[in-house]
Amino acid sequence: MRPRAILLFAALSGALPLCGACSIQPWVKPYERDRLADPIMAWDRDAISNAYLDHIRESREGSRGATGGAGGGCGCN
Amino acid sequence: MLRSSTLLKRCAMAAIVVASTAFAASSDASGPAPAFTLTTLGGQPSGLSAYKGQVVMVNFWATWCGPCQQEMPLLDQMYKKYKPAGFTLIGVNVDKEAPPVKLLLERKPVSFPVLLDPANQVSKAYHVDEMPSSVIIDRKGQIRYIHRGYKPGDENDYQDRIRQLIRE
Amino acid sequence: MIAALLLIRSTIADVLPDNRADVFYSKYSGGGMDITGYSATARAKITENFAVEANYFIDKVSGASVDVLSQASVIKDTRKQKSGTLEYLHDKTTYTASYMSSVERDYKSDTASFSLSQSMFGDLTTVTLAFANTHNTVGENNGTANDPNVAWLGHALTRSYSGGLSQIITKNFIAGVNLQVITDAGYLANPYRSVRFLDGSARGYGLASQVYPDTHTSTAVQVQAKYYLPYRAAVTGLYRYFTDTWGVVGNTYELDYTHPIANKWIFEGRARYYKQSAANFYSDLFPFANSQNFTARDQNLAALDNITLGAKVTYAFLPDGWKFFKRGTVTGDVSRIRFNYKDFRDIRDFGVFSLPPVAAGAEPLYEFSAMVYQLYVSMYF
Repeated sequence: MRPRAILLFAALSGALPLCGACSIQPWVKPYERDRLADPIMAWDRDAISNAYLDHIRESREGSRGATGGAGGGCGCN
Repeated sequence: MLRSSTLLKRCAMAAIVVASTAFAASSDASGPAPAFTLTTLGGQPSGLSAYKGQVVMVNFWATWCGPCQQEMPLLDQMYKKYKPAGFTLIGVNVDKEAPPVKLLLERKPVSFPVLLDPANQVSKAYHVDEMPSSVIIDRKGQIRYIHRGYKPGDENDYQDRIRQLIRE
Repeated sequence: MIAALLLIRSTIADVLPDNRADVFYSKYSGGGMDITGYSATARAKITENFAVEANYFIDKVSGASVDVLSQASVIKDTRKQKSGTLEYLHDKTTYTASYMSSVERDYKSDTASFSLSQSMFGDLTTVTLAFANTHNTVGENNGTANDPNVAWLGHALTRSYSGGLSQIITKNFIAGVNLQVITDAGYLANPYRSVRFLDGSARGYGLASQVYPDTHTSTAVQVQAKYYLPYRAAVTGLYRYFTDTWGVVGNTYELDYTHPIANKWIFEGRARYYKQSAANFYSDLFPFANSQNFTARDQNLAALDNITLGAKVTYAFLPDGWKFFKRGTVTGDVSRIRFNYKDFRDIRDFGVFSLPPVAAGAEPLYEFSAMVYQLYVSMYF
């Protein structure tokens, strides 16, 4: 079970970069991203603080994982 | 499981086909440059027609775009250098409001003309699909190159293209 | 004790984030425990495509936790954690590799992790995949705080697989979903906690060591969304569902509101509700010794809920930079967490010794409040 999971993970990791140019026209244009680029719209404006709060919760609760976020921002370059 | 691997295969094939144009920052383009009239920060109207016969680079930028600000001083240097040879750089700003643009240009002034496109009409007309974008137009008003994004060192690419068009 | 495996590093997969240095102070106070933490972090771009980050964290713990029954003396310990991260950006893909090491007198932990973040569909979608491997060495201090005598009890190996999808829906709205599967094997119990069972003694109950399964697999799914309000503010909502092979089911609900003022202030309010069901081998009081193959009385595995209310203020003392600094801010963050246990009783303050005496199993359910303070200075350059 586990070796298959690792293989699938490796295969996806290799395939993902190729998909960067998949052509679906974006409905939010790059020049319309001013609000998304605002620092208040970042998932992790203060990553150290969020990691610390996650650590406190994991030490006292039975749950763990799936926290954090990526993406958004200005989409420049 | 099966559906996602088929999707990945299709994406991979599309990617290989599009790869040459998508991954290259500067690509050849063609077609007449759409005319436009916008206002300067001072409220004066201006547009592409004012620079007929010159080589023009239209640079789309925003105050919230990091790489745009990185290239501004280099664009300014390039403008000063090639202006005597018949080159103009127009900075088209896409911010929705003027005050942040005014504030930024007060702190970091540039000598090339800056026009405001808050309704994004010109951005749409030029099919801007990356920030920043630089469109290089020849003396006859035809679009020749589109440069998407900015990474340090790209200014050399700009200069090569501009010199080539000036010589034509 | 448990090193947090930060799932999705904050990536905006087209430019590497700005250079930044933070000096951080934190304090946790509650349930008889006081934990003070100090940390320094710095990240810098070496080239346009390559960045490094280093972090050093030191935690000082003191106090007597309510369920530490075997030790009469106060706990005092220091934990030191260091981590290093490399980030590489190529076109629309960010690759990250990190290593973290945490050491305290009776617990050592090493984690190596790798992640990949890909921006696609006109930079509206970001897909992240991550893998982490942790090796823990668990010990028990059989001496006192000032005169320790640590016996090493065993090892545990943890593997984490995670995936995340972030999608820009409109120019005001971004949403995401994360999935994380974690499996551990080895010595998984907390050696300082004991179970109790009815035994007809004067006290009413006897103590025994916990017996945990030597494997554990958990799955967590979190959905989250952020919306930009027209007068310039942001509201965030998230929900996380957790389930594992030990029978714990956890539900987390959180709502955040962020309100900036010009370029100088950012105010943030946070409300979080968490509820979990007990592990299937957990009991506050077993009917007799060895009544089950696996037994636990660890607070973390009890049926509980907690409510957090927090407020955070960021002030930019250098809003437009100074010399080579682009920006400087100072942030204060205060949270109050109220814990309520449904099947964990306070046997530290209540029992046959209290006035009036309380029979085993009739002690009041435990509840406590904790305050969490954070203060940090961030310089962007």
